[in-house]
Amino acid sequence: MLVEEIMKTEVVTLTPGATIAEALKILNERPIRHIPIVDLENHVVGIVSDRDVRDASPSIFRKDNISEELNNPIHTIMSSPVMTVHPLDFVEEIAAIFYEQEFACVPVVRESKLVGIVTEKDMLYTLIQLTGTHVQSSQLEVKVPDRAGILPEVANIFGKRKVNITSVLIYPYKNDRQYKILVFRFQTMNPLPIKADLKAAGYQVLGPDAEDPAL
Amino acid sequence: MIREPLFIYSNAYTDYHFNAEHPFNQQRVVMTKELLEAEGRLFDHHIVPPRLATEDELALVHDRQYIEAVKRAGNGQLQQEEAWQFGLGTEDTPMFSGMHEAASLLVGGTLTAIDSVLNNQAPQALNLGGGLHHGFKRKASGFCIYNDAAVAIKYIREHYGLRVLYVDTDAHHGDGVQSFFYHDPDVCTLSIHETGRYLFPGTGSTSERGVKNGYGYTFNLPIDAFTEDESFISIYESAFKEVAEYFQPEIIITQNGADAHCYDPLTHLCSTTKTFEAIPSLAKEVAEQYCNGKWVGLGGGGYDIWRVVPRAWGQLWSVMLTGDTLTGPLPADWKVKWERLSPVSLPDDWQDGKGLYKPIPRKQEITEKNRLTLNQCLQYCRNKRQYNNN
Repeated sequence: MLVEEIMKTEVVTLTPGATIAEALKILNERPIRHIPIVDLENHVVGIVSDRDVRDASPSIFRKDNISEELNNPIHTIMSSPVMTVHPLDFVEEIAAIFYEQEFACVPVVRESKLVGIVTEKDMLYTLIQLTGTHVQSSQLEVKVPDRAGILPEVANIFGKRKVNITSVLIYPYKNDRQYKILVFRFQTMNPLPIKADLKAAGYQVLGPDAEDPAL
Repeated sequence: MIREPLFIYSNAYTDYHFNAEHPFNQQRVVMTKELLEAEGRLFDHHIVPPRLATEDELALVHDRQYIEAVKRAGNGQLQQEEAWQFGLGTEDTPMFSGMHEAASLLVGGTLTAIDSVLNNQAPQALNLGGGLHHGFKRKASGFCIYNDAAVAIKYIREHYGLRVLYVDTDAHHGDGVQSFFYHDPDVCTLSIHETGRYLFPGTGSTSERGVKNGYGYTFNLPIDAFTEDESFISIYESAFKEVAEYFQPEIIITQNGADAHCYDPLTHLCSTTKTFEAIPSLAKEVAEQYCNGKWVGLGGGGYDIWRVVPRAWGQLWSVMLTGDTLTGPLPADWKVKWERLSPVSLPDDWQDGKGLYKPIPRKQEITEKNRLTLNQCLQYCRNKRQYNNN
């Protein structure tokens, strides 16, 4: 999945000369936490987060004084240079950036110009889509040997039953490298025939089982 | 003359039949009717035949294109390639001859029930052929073609203007009905179901509360797999009472899926007959308290049609009619007749005994988890009550 498929293209920006007060107003009025700072050619020259702006704001205990520091230009508190990504980068690369760099937001830049933004929230939304829990489906997990060709073998059992698979996840089985778990979400209210087919084919189906309520 | 509830019924309900292997089998409605007749609880004067819902009535919630597709599917004129987008021709909702008419009759039955109650012919009415809560605007799913409950609620809103409380105790989330009234503050939906972690349709978390003006009028209670009677009943009673007090309904519609029973092959809940006695008892009480008794009961899921559904739905009618549940042995004639056809031996009594399932090792955790879920679910209306009282 590409960054351009999940990025927001309407981005609220400020120029370096804007005041901190302007940034504070935007952050109070809109449900956003980051503002890219761009020059007149729409090049990203910095970024400010709500924390940067709050650090530069007077304490709430001093609200009686209209504070001079809020009139300082935003470039005095912005972070620079800025880590950016390209619209054709992969979504998982952004996840790695968020995890490693501990950012929560990256601007998307094409030919040096700002074209979008991706935040942690967009990332989590994408993750929900990948797990398939947003559409009608049943779920089951199959424990299989970790070898080539196993996924199409198992998926074929769903296909033969004319049951549409909405998502597949694969992860290792606990600490045993010989096995992996295939997680399927699939569109039927009656998983029994598929469970029976899987068991008949020798696969181990995990999940709630009346025979073994210990789950 | 004493006004008595009506039982909407036709043998033609069994025309809603996908194929011989399909778990959804309307023979359970016939079995329930005969069980009640054998028990002496149901007589000819209670029984009213369903009417057919008109296309205009179906179109209260369904897309005309979808209705056309269902009609063509029933005449063998819908190609599979076109059928996919409407959820037709799948394992769950295969196409079958006459499916439009069969599905329209179930909807018509629910409308007959609504009219009889709202025209004061009867205090309550029961349509066990209905309760097809997974039907969507332009999509069949989860064994449901047309959504009779949703059509009926829209019909009430248009013709009678009453505030409707819909309570769904099927083990699956009532996603179709929820979807039609998600933005509507005059229709409140409460669904108690097994969590969607494993079970279809996967939705129905406590955070689904409605949108815009309808925010705070959708309630979802996803309970853990292996939930037993005690926890189910306690959660159900608390939620139903609080939501009714908050919403002040003028009519109650219940969807009475009987698939939360431990024998049900499709779900992982562990109810017994106790739960299916408690469900209608409270529905009747709440309807009397808020709605002058106005209550329409519907069927729903229920895939152990031999041991579970006839007894569960039998109690539903018994409570609707008399306020009491039936006890003792099942009528011998009835048992003899159906035992011949049944792959499993039928129960002897109206009530389940002990030891139907292995003890659940996580019982305490499950009970605690369900209690937390209940609090999450009701937090919004509790806050609102506190705020309004101050």
